[in-house]
Amino acid sequence: MNHISLPDQAGHFDAFGGRYVPEALIAALNQLEAEFDRASLEPAFWQELDELRRNYSGRPTPLTEVPKFAQHCGRARIFLKREDLNHTGSHKINNVLGQALLTRRMGKTRVIAETGAGQHGVATATAAALLGMECRVYMGRVDTDRQALNVARMQLLGAEVVAVESGSQTLKDAMNEAMRDWVASVDNTHYLIGTVGGPHPFPKMVREFQRVISTEIKAQVRERFDRLPDAVAACVGGGSNAIGTFADFIDEPEVALYGFEAGGDGVETGRHAASIQGGSIGVLHGMRTYILQDADGQTMESHSISAGLDYPGVGPEHAWLAATGRAHYEAVTDTEAMAAFQLLCRTEGIMPAIESAHALAGVIRLGQRLAVEQPHAEPLIVACLSGRGDKDVDTAITYFGLPGHPDLYTGGVA
Amino acid sequence: MTLSSSAAFSAASAEGRGALVGYLPVGYPSVAGSLDALRALCGVGGDGPGVDLVEIGLPYSDPIMDGPVIQQAGTKALERGVHTSDVFAAVEAVRETGTPAVVMTYWNLVDRYGADAFARDLANAGGSGLITPDLIPDEAEDWLAASENHELDRIFLVSPSSTDERIRSTVAACRGWVYATSVMGVTGTRTSSPSAAPELVARIRELAPGTPVGVGLGVSTGDQAADVVGYADAVIVGSAFIKPLLAAEKAGRPDDFSGLRAVLADLTAGVRRRP
Repeated sequence: MNHISLPDQAGHFDAFGGRYVPEALIAALNQLEAEFDRASLEPAFWQELDELRRNYSGRPTPLTEVPKFAQHCGRARIFLKREDLNHTGSHKINNVLGQALLTRRMGKTRVIAETGAGQHGVATATAAALLGMECRVYMGRVDTDRQALNVARMQLLGAEVVAVESGSQTLKDAMNEAMRDWVASVDNTHYLIGTVGGPHPFPKMVREFQRVISTEIKAQVRERFDRLPDAVAACVGGGSNAIGTFADFIDEPEVALYGFEAGGDGVETGRHAASIQGGSIGVLHGMRTYILQDADGQTMESHSISAGLDYPGVGPEHAWLAATGRAHYEAVTDTEAMAAFQLLCRTEGIMPAIESAHALAGVIRLGQRLAVEQPHAEPLIVACLSGRGDKDVDTAITYFGLPGHPDLYTGGVA
Repeated sequence: MTLSSSAAFSAASAEGRGALVGYLPVGYPSVAGSLDALRALCGVGGDGPGVDLVEIGLPYSDPIMDGPVIQQAGTKALERGVHTSDVFAAVEAVRETGTPAVVMTYWNLVDRYGADAFARDLANAGGSGLITPDLIPDEAEDWLAASENHELDRIFLVSPSSTDERIRSTVAACRGWVYATSVMGVTGTRTSSPSAAPELVARIRELAPGTPVGVGLGVSTGDQAADVVGYADAVIVGSAFIKPLLAAEKAGRPDDFSGLRAVLADLTAGVRRRP
C-alpha cells in the first residue's frame, strides 16, 4: 500500500474521488491546488499556521484517559483526543485556519461555507473575522432550526447565514447552494469546504489540515506508552475528523482504524446516514464515492439525530479505505449514540457533541467485542472527541425529556 | 446512424440565421404533460416555427448548475415520479415532430444507468447526443467510449474562466458542437459583464476554428437571442420557457401552453431578425 502517493495527480483514490464539477469551477480548483501545493512547500506557511494553532486555537489538544467510561468498554483503556477543547469547540478550526490563510494568499476577499451542525460555519465565521474577510454560510433550514445557538454565534461573528429551503433542507442542500454561489462568484470567493469531500483538491487538502490530530495522538501515545495505540476511532459524516485521526496511522498496519457512521434508526430501516454501510458507489458533490441513492441515482435523504453527520455521502478517501479494507466502518444508531452521550457526561463530566457520541458508542461496542475475541488483551484505543456538546443541548433536552423544556415529553427529537 | 445535433445548426445557417435551442425538463408539469410541452416547443399546435434543437432535461436531486426556475420544475418532476427511462420516451416524442433532440443531465444518473446502456437507449430513441454540465472530458472515459460506440454527440461546456489550453482540449473532446456558458453563474441569471459571452465565443473561434458554438445561460427575450446569434451559431434558452409553465400551473391550468408559445414566438422571431 503506497498511501502517500494518493490521491494521484487527478485527485483519484483508485476508483474514488476526482472532479465531477462544472467547467466553470476548474480554473478555481486549479488555482487552489497550485496555491496549496506551493504553500505546502513553504516553511513560513506552516509556521504561521502553527502559530495560530498554538496561540489562537489552543493546540496541542490534550489526550484524556476516561477510566470510568472505559468500564463499559471491556478491558480496553480508552483515551479521548480532545478536539472539543479547540477554540470554537471542534476540530473544524484546524482545517478552516489553513484554508483561510490560502484564501488570503490567493487574494480573495470572501469566503463561503456550508454547515450542518454549525461547527464548521462557526469556525469559518471566526477565521473570516480574524482575517477580515466577508463570509456567507449556507445551512439547511432543518439545521438552522435544530442548531439555533450556532446560527446566532455565526451572526455575532459577522457572517451572513442563509437558510436553504430546497431538497431535504440539510447539509447536502447547503452544499449545493454553496457550489452554486461559487460558480457565480469564483473571481473573489473561496468555497471553504468543511469536510474531506468535494472535488479535488479538497479531500487531499482537508486531510492535510486535519492530519495534526493523528500527528499529536501519535506523539502523545508514544510519550506515555512508548508505543502506538492498538486502534483509533472517530465518527464519520463526510469524515474530516476521522481522516485527521487516521492520517498518520494509515501506513502503520498494526494500528486498527475504525470509523463510525450515523445509523439513524438503523441501517436496515433505510432511515440513516451511513453511506459506506448502507450506500453504493456514485457521484455527488464533485466526487465519486459511496452515496445514498435510489435505483435511478437520485440522492436519497439521510437521517441522523446529529445534524453534523446528516449527509448522504462520505469523503472519497474513506470510500477507498473501506474498499481496500484498511479501515473498518460500522453504523451506530441514534439510540446508541445518545446512550454514549449520557454515559460520558455522567462518568467523566465531559459533554460530547452528538457527532462524537457516535464514536464513543462505537468504542464501547469495539471494546466489548475485543474483550471476547482477545480475552487477555488490554487494548489501547484512542477515540476522537471531535466537538463539544453545548450546541446539542436542546436536542438532548428533548431526547431525554428533561423537566422544564417547553417540548417536554413530546417524544420527538428537535 | 443517429441524427447529428449540429445538423440543426447547419440548417439554420443555410437560412442565414442562428439556431434556437430550447430546454424543457421531462416530467414537468407531469410525465405525460411534459411530452406535450416538448411538442409545443417544437411548434406543434402553434402557428409559427418551433425551436431548431430540443434540449431535454432529465431532473436530478442535486442540480448545482440549474437556476431556481429550472430547479423548481425539476423538483416537481421528481415528486411527480419521473425516472431516467422516461427521458427516452421524451426523445421519441420530440423526434416524431422532426426536431432533433439532445439530453442534458448530471453525470450520476447516466453512470447509474450505465454509460453504454444509456447511450444505446438514447440512440435507439432517436436522440442526437448528451450535454453533461458536471462531467468534464478529464473524467469522461466511459462516456467518450459509449458515445463513440453509439455515434452520439457529446457536448461539453466551456466557460469564461477556461484557459486556452482547456478550451482546445475540451472542444477536441466534443462531438457536434460546444456549449459556451455565457456568464459565470447558474442558469436563468445574468450577472457578469455583457462582453463575457462574445469574448468567449471569439476565443473558441480562434482556438478551435470551425466548431459550432451554442451559447447558454441567461437569455430570455427575442432581442437578447438576436444579439447572441449575431456572434454565435446558436442560442440556448431554458428558464424563459419554463416560467410560463410554472405560471400556468399556478393559475390551475398546467396544460395551458399559450404562455410557452408566446415566448417561443418572440425567440424564434429573434433568431430570424435581420441585423
